[in-house]
Amino acid sequence: MTVQKKKTFVLCVLSVTALLALSVRVGYLMIARSEYYTQEAQELHERERDIKAARGRIIDSTGTVLADNKTVCTISVIRSQIEDAGQVIEALSSELGLSEEYVRKQVEKRSSRERIKSNVDKETGDRIRNMDLAGVKVDEDYKRYYPYGELASKVLGFTGGDNQGIVGLEVSYEEYLTGTKGKILTLTDAKGIELDGMGERRREPVAGSDLYVSLDINIQKYATQLAKQAYETKQAKGVSIIVMNVNNGEILAMTDVPEFDLNDPFTLIEEFASEEAQDGETTQDLLNQMWRNGCINDTYEPGSTLKIITAAAGLESGAVTLEDNFSCPGYIVVDDRRIRCHKTAGHGAEDFTHAVMNSCNPVFITVGLRIGAERYYEYFTQFGLKQKTGIDLPGEAATIMHDLENIGNVELATISFGQSFQITPLRLMATVAGLINGGTLVTPHLGVKAVNEEQGTIEEFVYPVTEGIVSSDTTEKLKYVLEQVVENGGGKNGYVEGYRVGGKTATSQTLPRGTGRYIASFLAFAPADDPKVMALAIIDTPQGTYYGGQIADPVVRQLFENILPYLEEMDYN
Amino acid sequence: MAKRQVQIRHSRHNMDYVLLTVVMFLVIFGLLMIYSTSSYEAGSDFGDSAYYLKRQAQSTVIGIVGLIIMVKLPYRYLQRFDILAVIVSVALLLLIITPIGVTRNGARRWLDFKVISFQPAEVAKIGVIIYLASMIQRLEKLGRNVLRTPKGIAIIMIPPVIIAGMVYLITDNLSSAIIIVGIAVAMMFVAVPDYKWFVIMGAAGVAMVAALVMYVSNEDVTDSGFRLARIKAWLDPEAYSTDRAFQTLQALYAIGSGGIWGKGLGQSMQKRGFLPEAQNDMIFSIICEELGLFGAITIILLFVILIWSCMVIANKTVDRFGSLLVVGVMAHYAIQVILNIAVVTNTIPNTGITLPFISYGGTSTLFLLMEIGIVLNVSKSCK
Repeated sequence: MTVQKKKTFVLCVLSVTALLALSVRVGYLMIARSEYYTQEAQELHERERDIKAARGRIIDSTGTVLADNKTVCTISVIRSQIEDAGQVIEALSSELGLSEEYVRKQVEKRSSRERIKSNVDKETGDRIRNMDLAGVKVDEDYKRYYPYGELASKVLGFTGGDNQGIVGLEVSYEEYLTGTKGKILTLTDAKGIELDGMGERRREPVAGSDLYVSLDINIQKYATQLAKQAYETKQAKGVSIIVMNVNNGEILAMTDVPEFDLNDPFTLIEEFASEEAQDGETTQDLLNQMWRNGCINDTYEPGSTLKIITAAAGLESGAVTLEDNFSCPGYIVVDDRRIRCHKTAGHGAEDFTHAVMNSCNPVFITVGLRIGAERYYEYFTQFGLKQKTGIDLPGEAATIMHDLENIGNVELATISFGQSFQITPLRLMATVAGLINGGTLVTPHLGVKAVNEEQGTIEEFVYPVTEGIVSSDTTEKLKYVLEQVVENGGGKNGYVEGYRVGGKTATSQTLPRGTGRYIASFLAFAPADDPKVMALAIIDTPQGTYYGGQIADPVVRQLFENILPYLEEMDYN
Repeated sequence: MAKRQVQIRHSRHNMDYVLLTVVMFLVIFGLLMIYSTSSYEAGSDFGDSAYYLKRQAQSTVIGIVGLIIMVKLPYRYLQRFDILAVIVSVALLLLIITPIGVTRNGARRWLDFKVISFQPAEVAKIGVIIYLASMIQRLEKLGRNVLRTPKGIAIIMIPPVIIAGMVYLITDNLSSAIIIVGIAVAMMFVAVPDYKWFVIMGAAGVAMVAALVMYVSNEDVTDSGFRLARIKAWLDPEAYSTDRAFQTLQALYAIGSGGIWGKGLGQSMQKRGFLPEAQNDMIFSIICEELGLFGAITIILLFVILIWSCMVIANKTVDRFGSLLVVGVMAHYAIQVILNIAVVTNTIPNTGITLPFISYGGTSTLFLLMEIGIVLNVSKSCK
């Protein structure tokens, strides 16, 4: 018996040992692995719901809010909590204007929570909430709202369904504007039913920073109004106006009519909607075209406004002085090509100042040839024309220019009066601003600072500048001669009573040539002796009279008549 | 006459009340935990949060009646049923193939006699214990070494192996088959003085398991059998979190999130639909979650006391048959508790084994309580 007793004891001890070993295992799981499994389990048990963060506003220099947020609702259903599916489907489809089939499909989806519709206005959301339907959840969140609708639509841009920027400033300043989403973590059972009385964890959202921009709503409104007027009276394809601070590159206004409604950016405006019927283009292509900002996204042949650059290069290099005398017979022969002046009878004898006032092609060709391709190309590069301006807007187009080795006499001749290469309107403006402000090439920009609710100003934006692109002597001569253009020359329609304005007119052909389509433009700045502000108006494909001097100059004149007193009052700040 | 009465009074005094108390505590604790684990799901599935509690309470009442009968009925009568116990076990298992056999929770393991329904595998466990205790005692009587002859070994081992085979093949219940074989090996171990053979068998078993695990972990067994795949899931539960290792992983979440003191009774999250059938095999994990390491160790210690008490009773009993019965019951409890906790903690691959007295299950509760009745009965005749 003793052997058997001993073996019973051994059996018992073995069993107890196994149990104690398992206790150690349990202890390991519950102490050493506790944190890991607790966290894994927590993730399993909690249902996460995002709380949208308010996006930062966009505020202009006068303190006017251009892009704001408004409260909207997201309607969703929790399948397991629905008591009367029929009633829910009926109520939601009628309140939200959705088809019953769609709502039924969403309601019957085997998911814990299904979104029915977002961006529902607050009144509808409140009405649905007040119906008190079991299983229907109404969550509030934010939607971007633009109080001025069309105003500066191509500059400001808009946001998509998830409140992320799609075009314009909304894209370039996404990281500042977008906030940090908050979270509501609720304990649920395996079916996703929230457990009462188990509490919820909440991580509050952090609102995005406000973006302060250099736009001035008054100037922007006025520029837009004038552009629209020209757009309608001239039945143009498009009218762009840019107003910029000459000395620091701040954009005060930028419009590219036709603009679109920022609160409804996915609906084609009339001009594009009619096009859809004609061409086989997809709606998305047309939307992309509608959203394009001609001031920076498209290039054109600047034409005579570019003579400012040729003049600057000529004066700077010493190839010409203001007093040099020329004679224009109405054409010039370069190599075997005969290039005509716009005045076919010729300007006759004239000095360089008058040649600028007359915008005389043969004189500028002569000056260009005197400078020579290599030097011209150097100045072209030095004036920044080959690089993008670096404006804080997405999608800036690059300059299209010949390579130096491909510039023969004929090419150089056409370049000298603004043909055979393409730049964006803003590029032209930025370079001319540099030439007349004393030689400082500025970066045109809109963003001034980002301001956070808690921390105040978190960043003041700094933009690169290149100094000394031309001598102050050349600047002085350019200012003088360009003021002469407006006082007595081809830009006299841009003359503003009581103000000293300098500028240059252009009438350029659209590409491809020979279609009889023109781009009329006028680039002007004031005061001519101490430039503060510069404006460029471009009328694309006007009907009837197409000369820049006759149709673009009055636009800028009217603009200046209104904004110069206003700017003067504010000391141009 | 007077002498006999004294003896009875004396023997009643000797019944192991510690064991009875431990068992009663486990039974009541089990009911509490069944309510705690199942009420949430029962409430949503049946509209009655006490659904499982009520049914388990019924089984417990029947089980306590069975326990009392076993305490009152002198255990020596059981020896008369030794052969019959095997025949009944085999017959009941065969009945599962007939239309009386019913499928529940995806497994054909029940017999439904309208009035009562039960799992023959549970009957087979107690049947094997009675058969083995009786046969070992009879063979020992014939001579010291009869047990160790091939014939003796055959008489002892063949019926349990056949029954275990039937349990596995007919009811596809590997865990019950393992328990039955385990009980037989344990009783044989106690009965014969040798160690050598058991050590060799144990070593061979360990080697085979190790080889199998090595094979499975290196092979791509996605297409092979369900049991091999379970081993794969055991080795890396996180990789099979959505299918085979789902339950195991959920149990680990429950255990791990309990910490030292637990979330408090009724506070388990995992029982809210995450851990399937939490009141059955995996109830220990919810105990861990709600009562923490403290509660888990307490339960393990109660089982240690239970097993220890059985050993003490077995060794105090003069009667060989009684002693062997207790050893069989002890082996049954020990195997089941060890395997259950090992499965729940993912120490071994997942195989459905219930935790004695605590897991939900009518048949198992009834027979476990009857077995305790037998042990208590034997304890009365202790020296």
